[in-house]
Amino acid sequence: MGAASEQRQFTVLMRILHWLTAAMVLTMLGIGVAMVASLGNYHRLVSIHRPLGIAILIVVVVRFVNRQFSTLPPFPPSMSSRERFIAHASEVLLYTLLFALPLIGWGMLSAARFPIVLYGSLHLPPILPHSVMLYALLRKTHTVLAYLLFLAFIAHLGAILFHTLVVRDGLFSRMAPWRVHAR
Amino acid sequence: MQRPWSDPLPSDSTASVEKQPAPLSRGRALTRLGGIGVVILCLAGGFLYLGGWFSPNALTPARFVDAFERADGVFSGFRRNHAKGVGVSGYFESNGQGARLSKAVVFRAGRVPVIGRFSFGGGDPNVADAPSMVRGLGLLFWLPDGEQWRTAMINLPVFPFQTPQAFYDNLVASQPDPQTGKPDPEKMAAFAASHPATVRALGIIQSHLASSGFDNTAFNSLNAFRFINAAGTSIPVRWSLAPVEPFVAVTTMTTAQTDKNYMFDALIASILQHPLQWHLIITIGKPGDPTNDATMAWPDGREQVDVGTLAVDHIESEETSPARDINFDPLVLPSGMAPSDDPLLSARSAIYSRSFTRRAGEAKTPSAISPAEVRR
Repeated sequence: MGAASEQRQFTVLMRILHWLTAAMVLTMLGIGVAMVASLGNYHRLVSIHRPLGIAILIVVVVRFVNRQFSTLPPFPPSMSSRERFIAHASEVLLYTLLFALPLIGWGMLSAARFPIVLYGSLHLPPILPHSVMLYALLRKTHTVLAYLLFLAFIAHLGAILFHTLVVRDGLFSRMAPWRVHAR
Repeated sequence: MQRPWSDPLPSDSTASVEKQPAPLSRGRALTRLGGIGVVILCLAGGFLYLGGWFSPNALTPARFVDAFERADGVFSGFRRNHAKGVGVSGYFESNGQGARLSKAVVFRAGRVPVIGRFSFGGGDPNVADAPSMVRGLGLLFWLPDGEQWRTAMINLPVFPFQTPQAFYDNLVASQPDPQTGKPDPEKMAAFAASHPATVRALGIIQSHLASSGFDNTAFNSLNAFRFINAAGTSIPVRWSLAPVEPFVAVTTMTTAQTDKNYMFDALIASILQHPLQWHLIITIGKPGDPTNDATMAWPDGREQVDVGTLAVDHIESEETSPARDINFDPLVLPSGMAPSDDPLLSARSAIYSRSFTRRAGEAKTPSAISPAEVRR
């Protein structure tokens, strides 16, 4: 109990932000891949996709800033230095993708002069000049990075499940939504 | 401690190692690994399922655009439908009469800038002008608060297809036979037999007299939409642009032209003379009027409100006009307008987007209506 047990987990705010991001990003990936193949639901899905993307951007900015001011719990000792490096690199990759995807989405709609409607008449200004070539490039990048994000999510989940269920080093408890006390 | 899948750090303290449960037996570890594999496969499968990977015959935006490309060919940088066109700009002068119908800023009394594009239906950007072809007008209203209203209208009084599937099936059925160069009459007859709504709509379209040029053409929204006013009241509407230029029927003289751009040239000449004007007429549907079927006209006698005048005072080649790089997506609507339950609307939005994405990245080739054609 006390300081030692506090340190075993991310702070409450960090855990809330993590699971909020997880839910939003998983929903977003599903909506994104479904909408581009859909005729009947395209408009409904696109109308969620755009404001949800901006919401993810806001949450990720808050998360990133909050992370700079927080103490992180240590990795379990079972993790080798190589595993720690991979874990750190995957965090960098996930953060990069979570920043890049909404910004590229906003940028590509700006380049096509599409309004980015959040709700009702509330909308974002364009951040790039009107250029369809730029749109085409960003549109392709958006798809490639979205698939990369899905793969990174799968790898992240797979690594956590492996550590928690097979190695059984309690890696998951660091980010568990509930409070975990030291054994 | 033996752990086959991870090397414990030599520096691990014994205290923390003590907290680790005993390692799993090889069999149990493999079972758990298998379970993790199943979870990941389910997630990946679900993702691919949502993306339509397991339904290769479902109609998607990409397959729809493929059908346009098979029908007319691919012309680098051009729209996959309504490929031949010319850019215009001007303004919309609202008279304020629409404000009681919709809270959209465009209906407050005043003027907003508009860019637009006149076009012919079909995917060939070099097709010879003919009054029998479908005429299109895409418009983008720039509202003062940064909102946009885009609409893509055509001159037909009703649309020939009820659903995206019917439109697609017609594209496939009317595909020219490589042997005869003409659509297979049997396939066309089979399509007609299974699509009575299309036959009915074509009857209405054929009884409709085409005008001589773009300047005296009426354009229709075809699909129904919903207007929402400041009180929150939502009403079904359709809209049309009624030309101020008097109607002149197509004559045999106008059809016997040899200049393949003669209808666009006439449009250019008349805009260079004076701005062309259209009244924007909102038709208000009554309960029971079909909002999900663009093949059916609403009964005569529905309330119509003239909400203002569109003035087109500038025309230019697509090569210089910003209209070339605009997707006239009918579901870019300002607050105060919303889609109806017409299944064509979401499909149009999806297919326009796919067509736009494909052409956006292609090299732009010269338009039939060149900058020189407009200056002449």
